[in-house]
Formats: sequence, structure tokens, C-alpha cells
Amino acid sequence: MDLTLSPDEEAFRDELRTWLEDNHPGEEPKGDEEEAFAFRLEWQKKLHAAGWAGVSWPKEYGGRGATPIEQAIFSAEMVRANTPAPANILGLAMGGPTVIAHGTEEQKERFVEPILSGEEIWCQGFSEPESGSDLASLKTKAVKDNGEWVVTGQKVWTTFAHHAKWCMLVARTDTEVPKHKGLTYFLMDMQQDAVQVRPLVQITGQPEFNELFIEEARIPDENVIGGVGNGWMVAITTLMHERSGIAFGSMAQVKRDLASLIEVARDRGLDDDPVTRQQLAQLYIESEVLRINAYRGLTQIIKTGQPGPEGSLSKWHWSDINQSLTETAMDIRGPEAPVVDGEWSYRFLRARANSIEGGTTEILKNIVAERVLGLPKLR
Amino acid sequence: MNFDFTDDQRSIKSTAKEFLAARYKPEKLRELAESGEYDDAIWDEMRELGWAGIFIDEEHQGQGLGIVELVILMEELGYALAPSPFFSNAAAGLLIQHAGDDEQKQKWLPGIASGEALGTVGEIKNGRAPLVPDAEDAAVIVLFDCDQAWIHDRSAVDVEKVDTIDSTRKFASVSADGGEGLGGDVQGGLDRVATALSAELTGIAQRTMEMAVEYAKERKQFDRPIGAYQGVSHRCAEMLLETEGARAVTYFAAYAADSEPEELSLASSAAKAYASDAGWRVSASALQVHGGIGFTWEHDLHFFLKRAKTDGHLFGTARQHRDRVAELTVARAAAPA
Repeated sequence: MDLTLSPDEEAFRDELRTWLEDNHPGEEPKGDEEEAFAFRLEWQKKLHAAGWAGVSWPKEYGGRGATPIEQAIFSAEMVRANTPAPANILGLAMGGPTVIAHGTEEQKERFVEPILSGEEIWCQGFSEPESGSDLASLKTKAVKDNGEWVVTGQKVWTTFAHHAKWCMLVARTDTEVPKHKGLTYFLMDMQQDAVQVRPLVQITGQPEFNELFIEEARIPDENVIGGVGNGWMVAITTLMHERSGIAFGSMAQVKRDLASLIEVARDRGLDDDPVTRQQLAQLYIESEVLRINAYRGLTQIIKTGQPGPEGSLSKWHWSDINQSLTETAMDIRGPEAPVVDGEWSYRFLRARANSIEGGTTEILKNIVAERVLGLPKLR
Repeated sequence: MNFDFTDDQRSIKSTAKEFLAARYKPEKLRELAESGEYDDAIWDEMRELGWAGIFIDEEHQGQGLGIVELVILMEELGYALAPSPFFSNAAAGLLIQHAGDDEQKQKWLPGIASGEALGTVGEIKNGRAPLVPDAEDAAVIVLFDCDQAWIHDRSAVDVEKVDTIDSTRKFASVSADGGEGLGGDVQGGLDRVATALSAELTGIAQRTMEMAVEYAKERKQFDRPIGAYQGVSHRCAEMLLETEGARAVTYFAAYAADSEPEELSLASSAAKAYASDAGWRVSASALQVHGGIGFTWEHDLHFFLKRAKTDGHLFGTARQHRDRVAELTVARAAAPA
């Protein structure tokens, strides 16, 4: 066991820290969504120009080709410096890695670079009103017509759809085969009249998500990723990136929020209150479990290329901890807790989605029970 | 960066697992648990393997290895629920190694390292230590009160057997006064003892989780294995989360003891708090998965559950260790970064 960084890794961290000190864009503007998005886009362009967008991607596709350890350092440092998210978060976290894993050379040439530069924003069209956890039951249909695909259906929870150029769309191309086998993964151009975007306001009051209404939208055949009928397998790649990419960043976010919560407790003189102390200590301990399991997962990936059993637990555990942290914050803020403060009140409400987005806790428990523990399936 | 065992450590782990599985078969474990005895022949084999002195300096006839290796053995001893004086003897070794002077080390460590003159440790308040493991058979008894500790010769104290819910470990109360003070880092020794006990709790959690999962695959109700029902399967998934969590904080505490000692106070209290909760909750959850059979004396599960609960109360409860974590983290947050 050795948790120290090599001289090269330290140099990577120091270079990044220095760059962040010189280039930190300051705090994201609050309130106006358009303004906030423009701010994030500027930030992404700055990251890209300095070679800090797509750190994990191979150099040949414009990435930095960073090692798993450098990727971990990168996510932790970004949180440490409290940087805003880049505008094209879905393209960076999921779209690019999926195209790099399953795309043809032409597709990689065409799609990867504009993701990094932020020139083309991406969104994800997986969930439907009738297909949430049971994603493979989705009904949006794509039919081949004169070398093009014609798509009709409805998608929901589509973050950034109103800014997006490309949608990672999973649609049914074969209704005659079992549900997982009849799906195809497309890149759909959002800028066509056949695609209508309607904002969906969340419990936070923010319209972070959208609904998509698709009526005979057109997708050229060259925008199929991974081959017709392989959509499920390609979608799993996207979801794996969604769940595994969060370990170091989410751990660092919990550490940062806990440190500021301890400050709130101290300001209110609750650092001597036995109940508050027990709650804060438990959160600290749980955040340590997240941190150490992130190291264990990283070690596993370096050695075998695959996450170990603890990897499948991290997203579930993080959502539990973040919900518990934000609930404790409400406890600590006491009678003032319901007051909208633009910080804890937002985090408290936003955290309710943590156990739903990117795979519900119930689905993740099924995955752990079936694939890690080998328990029988109910179905 | 690498958070994994070395090949040598892995081989200690697999040797220990095989050895303990062969020696503490279910019939043997039950015989010992019901009689409240240890098996001297198995203990002699452990001594010959060099386990008793695994972390003790070579200068004092130990193996000169670290807390990571001690934790590896403790986790496997917990997994096997091995009734033996290993832990109490190791606890005395840890205290004397960290807090003793040269003379004290010279006098006691070789006997502890060979297992020929056993040691033990207990917490004393007002002249009485109510719950000291293996005190009756010890040659040397270390008693601590907060961060002070004293060495007592067995013959100089009163020892009285105590029955606990855990019949796989012997306990006694010890009445003593005076003793020979340990002048060094008592807290550092106690932190290492708490880390070792966290490893035992992790092993118990792992074993009882495996028992529950195995049973959930076999036991059928309503024509299906009960593990197919989410009420049961999600419970099992939660056991894995807590077991892996206990393992994570415990291994980190062991790593801190050997490589980043300035982190040990916080890391060991985090480990003992989490592992105390996890050991109890996982074993209690395993009992629930077993249903009625799990509540019977004839099933082995209760021996594990009782050890887990008892371990959770030795060398600081979860609540006490959480309070220490609060003390250390709130103080740290106040310090400039």
C-alpha cells in the first residue's frame, strides 16, 4: 500500500494547480440560466485551449492521454479549486468516451474535437415517460427510409437539450426480437424542426431537464454508433462512464461541502452539541469510506482494467451520503433552514435526485445483488 | 499510488485463510464456543507460524512486520471466529512496543512474540477493569485509563472470570492498583489495538454476509429462492456496502499506522466507529435473512453476532470513537488550511 504520488504525478498536480490559480474564472453567475451557460462555455474554451478538456482521452483525439491516477488528481483538483462545470458536461463525460469506444474512424474524426472545444453541445436521449429503470423497454422508433433513419417518439430528463447540437439517442429499430436486441444507438441532430424541446422544471425550480418530442426526425445512416441492433451494449458504455467517472470528483465534492457544513455548525456554536458532533463525525467517516474506496477502485482499474466490486457501490453510497449531508445541514440551520439561501436550500432539494439519476439506488442494489453476490434474478 | 497488498501480504492472507478454515471447522468451533475453551494445539501451531509476534521488532524476537500484516491476520481470525488468545496478546504487545521503555520491552516483548508468556490489555477505572480478555491465562496485564497505562504482573492482581454473551473469547475482571507505568505513546498503542479489532469486525461482517448470501440462494419460499426477492437481495447488497466500507477504513488505518502515523488517531477512530456498527449490523441482518433457523442455538450464526457486538464495545464504542472523530475534524477545520 502506498498512497503517495510519484514525482511525475506531483508535477502534473502542481502544473494544474498553478494553471487553476492563474485561470480560475471566478464564481458562476446565479439566476439567469443563459448567462450561466455562456459562462460555462467560456470556461470550457479556456480549458480546451490549455489542453485540460478531455484529460482522459487519447492524445490522437485531442485529449491529454492522462493515466487513471492523473484523471483522479484532475477531478479532485477541479473540486478543490471550486471550478464551474464545463458547458458540454455530457459530451465530455459520456458522449466522447462512447464515440471513442464504439465509433468508426470517420465518426471519431467528425465528432470528438467539437465536443472538447464546446462548439457542439451534447445531450442524452435515453429515458422515456414509460421507460425509466426498464430502459430496454423504450418505444421511440427508428425506421430506415432511403438510406436515412426516420425517428418518432418521446424522451425525458434530457439535460441541456435546449443548448444541444447532438443527442445520444437510443431507439428501437427491430420490434421482432427480444427487447434488449432491437435497439440502436444514434447521434441525432437536435437542430431540426422535427425535434421539439420543452423545459421540465424540477423541484428546485430550475429547468435543468427537458422533454423531447420527436416527430419524424431524420438521422443519416453514418450517425449509427456501434452498428444497428447493438444499441443496448453501446448505451451500457455510456452509463458505465456516467457511474464510474464520478468517484473522485464526487468524493472531493462531499469533502468540500462537509468542510463548509462544519463551518456553519461552528458559527452557530453547535460544534459542542453532542448530537451534531455525532452526525458530523459519521459524515466524515462515510466520506472517508468514499475516498478510500475511490483509491481501491483506481488500484483495481490500474491492475486489471476493470472496477472491482467496490466500484459498483460508489454511486449508490455517494447518493446516500450527499442526501444525509444536506439533511444534516437543514438540521444545523434549524428554524432558518427553509429560507432560500441559494446554497444549502438548493443542495438539499437537488440531492433528492441523486438516488434516481444515472441508475436508481434500487437498480444499483439489484446489480450488486445479482452480479457481485450472485443472487438469483426475480424475473 | 497503489492501495493493495503486496505479494508477500497476499500470501500471508491466503495461508491464514487456509490454515484457519482447516483448523476451525464448524464442529470444532462449536465445541470450543460451547465449552468456552481454546485449543492449545492450534494456538501452538499459530505460534510456530510466528503469528504472535508478527508486528514485534526482530530485536525482541518478533517478525518485524507491520500493522498491515497484523490486520490481515485479524481479519482472517474474525472470519474464522477463531477462539484464541491471539488478539489480547497482540494488544499487550502493541501497548508495550509503543509505550514501553527499553527495559520493559526487553522484559515482556519476547514472551509475547513467542506466545510463551501471554499478555493482555484492559481499561481500568477506580481500581477495577471490568472486562479484560484472557486475563486468567496472561503472564502480564496492561491496564490503561485514558492515555495512561501500567504494567502488572499477573500474580500481583485479582482476576475473576466474567461471563459475556461472547463465549468464543474468555473474559475476566481485574482489580489492581499501582503497577509499573508505561511512559511512552500509550494512545498510539491503543489506536493500533482499535485498528486490529476493526479488522476482526470486518472479517466477521464478511463471513456473516457470505452465510446470508449462501442461505438466500438455497432457501426456497413461495417456490423461489428467497434471494430473488428484493426485500432479501437488497438487504444482502447493503451488507456488502457496509462490509466493504469497514474494510476500506480499516485498511487505511493500518496503512496510516505503518506509513502516515500523523493520520492514525483519526483513521483508527474512523475505523473502529464504522467497523463496530458494520460488524453488528451485518451480522444482525444475516440473522434476519436466516429467519427462524438463525435464532436457534444449533445454527452457528449467533456465535458470530455475539462476538461482533462484544468487539464493538471493546476499546471504545462507536459513539466514543465518533466523538473523537468530531474532536479531531472540528479542530482541524478551524485550523488554517
